[in-house]
Amino acid sequence: MNVFEGAACAFLWAQSQAVELDFWTKARWALWLLVGFFGIFPGIVAYMVWLERKVAARFQDRIGPNRVGPFGLLQPIADAIKLITKEDLVPGGADGAVHLAAPVLVITSAFLVMAVIPFAVGLAPVNLPSGLVYLIAASSLSPLGIFLAGWSSRNKYSLIGAMRAVAQLVSYEVPQVLATIPVVLWAGSFSLVSIFDRQVNQGWFVASPPGLLGFVILFIASIAEVNRAPFDLPEAESELIAGYHTEYSGMRFGLFFLAEYLSVFAVSCLATAIFLGGGMPIPFLAFPVNLLGESAWSYVIVDAMLLAVFLVKVLAIVFVVLWVRATLPRMRVDRLMNFSWKYLVPLALVNVLVAAVWYELVIRPGAFDAGRWMMGTAVTGPIVAAACWGVFAINRAHGARAPVSEQWPSVGRIGPGVGGRGVSRRGL
Amino acid sequence: MIISNYIFIGLLLLVAMTFGLAPIALAHVVAPRKRSRVKEVAYECGVLTHGETWVRFRIQYYIYALLFVVFDIEVVFLFPWAASYADLGIFALVEMTIFLAILLVGLIYAWAKGVLRWV
Repeated sequence: MNVFEGAACAFLWAQSQAVELDFWTKARWALWLLVGFFGIFPGIVAYMVWLERKVAARFQDRIGPNRVGPFGLLQPIADAIKLITKEDLVPGGADGAVHLAAPVLVITSAFLVMAVIPFAVGLAPVNLPSGLVYLIAASSLSPLGIFLAGWSSRNKYSLIGAMRAVAQLVSYEVPQVLATIPVVLWAGSFSLVSIFDRQVNQGWFVASPPGLLGFVILFIASIAEVNRAPFDLPEAESELIAGYHTEYSGMRFGLFFLAEYLSVFAVSCLATAIFLGGGMPIPFLAFPVNLLGESAWSYVIVDAMLLAVFLVKVLAIVFVVLWVRATLPRMRVDRLMNFSWKYLVPLALVNVLVAAVWYELVIRPGAFDAGRWMMGTAVTGPIVAAACWGVFAINRAHGARAPVSEQWPSVGRIGPGVGGRGVSRRGL
Repeated sequence: MIISNYIFIGLLLLVAMTFGLAPIALAHVVAPRKRSRVKEVAYECGVLTHGETWVRFRIQYYIYALLFVVFDIEVVFLFPWAASYADLGIFALVEMTIFLAILLVGLIYAWAKGVLRWV
């Protein structure tokens, strides 16, 4: 039974269960699926590509796309036309069906992740009680698609890229998931809508020492999860051509490209929704929802403001992702794996416990106020700082004692025979 | 209500696959097709591919996969604990500290054994 038959069976089963859906639910879903997922999200992503090209150009003292339309604004449309009219090459030795399925699987994963993001009050595609677990499950489909792409191409570079990609994605999935546990703990729910509601009452979750550490870990691990620089080892063009999508051309390559940007957008939305307070403009001030009276019209205006703030925050995170790409060089593969397992995972584990301490100190006693917040910060802040310092110190000491090789020091001094003058180098 | 949410997910799955397959189908109609043997050769920097491509992996990758399974299952235990922490209280925190300490010892053991070293 293939995927389509499975989906059709699920649909028929749902019909046979006779779930009552009223007209408004159906209309809302149709709007989300046809306008949101088929129109707005791909549009946003297309213009993220334009933004990245413009921003990267400015960082490199260039102008960027400026020929197609004003400020190059029609560039994404020109790119799409070009991709569709390119010849669709499949290498002779490739596994045809899997080669076709891989990009579809990757883009499906990126779409499914978007289903639970709460953009504003009442503006989430669907409010699943287990939203965060669903989101993690959906996002872990993409390593599968990436591996299928690399394997089915029957190209050695693709295969190496795919193996690296899977090793990297599973390694960074652990800290990414662990970093979300404080949020679940404080909100007492997996539903992203409840997590947002909780932040309306208690301020942004990032505004606490364990929340800040969790946000940083989530941000770093998310960049690695979407294969962006400096963690773009799977598609390192200087060594692997294009990694797992070397043998992809035309629209199939375009789907990988689109999925990458859609994933960047999705993880930015996730970080905004669970750590940065969603659409709330000020960290500790509850948004005055009844600002303009009780009418439906004021509700629309308030929701529009929340949505605008949400999108501004997402845009800021996307910009930081582009900034990081323009600034940092690609990591070395052993350091990449080390950074996940020896830095982020221990820190995330400690952070879970610190988050529980924060809950006991600040959230459980009841009403949230400044005194409690400062008391909690005074207790948990030093623990978080000590944990960070400790992890880095242990890694320095360990790396200096057992370097990977003489030519390949992970930290500390390079011996006189290697580096020339015994240059002291500090690194990860 | 909960079932109907998952119907939306199912519909979204269909929409997402359509979104993936439709441009490929369109490209199939629009794009030129001039097949030749040279074009179908795998692109390995202009050199003909040598030897078998679909080979076994290095053991390194399996070890990371094993570690991943261990820690992912740990997350499966941590998530319900976190979601119901409000009702559990201090005792659950102590228990989870012990649980995490055991796991951390496992990570340190793997580290000391050189499993986490990429060679």
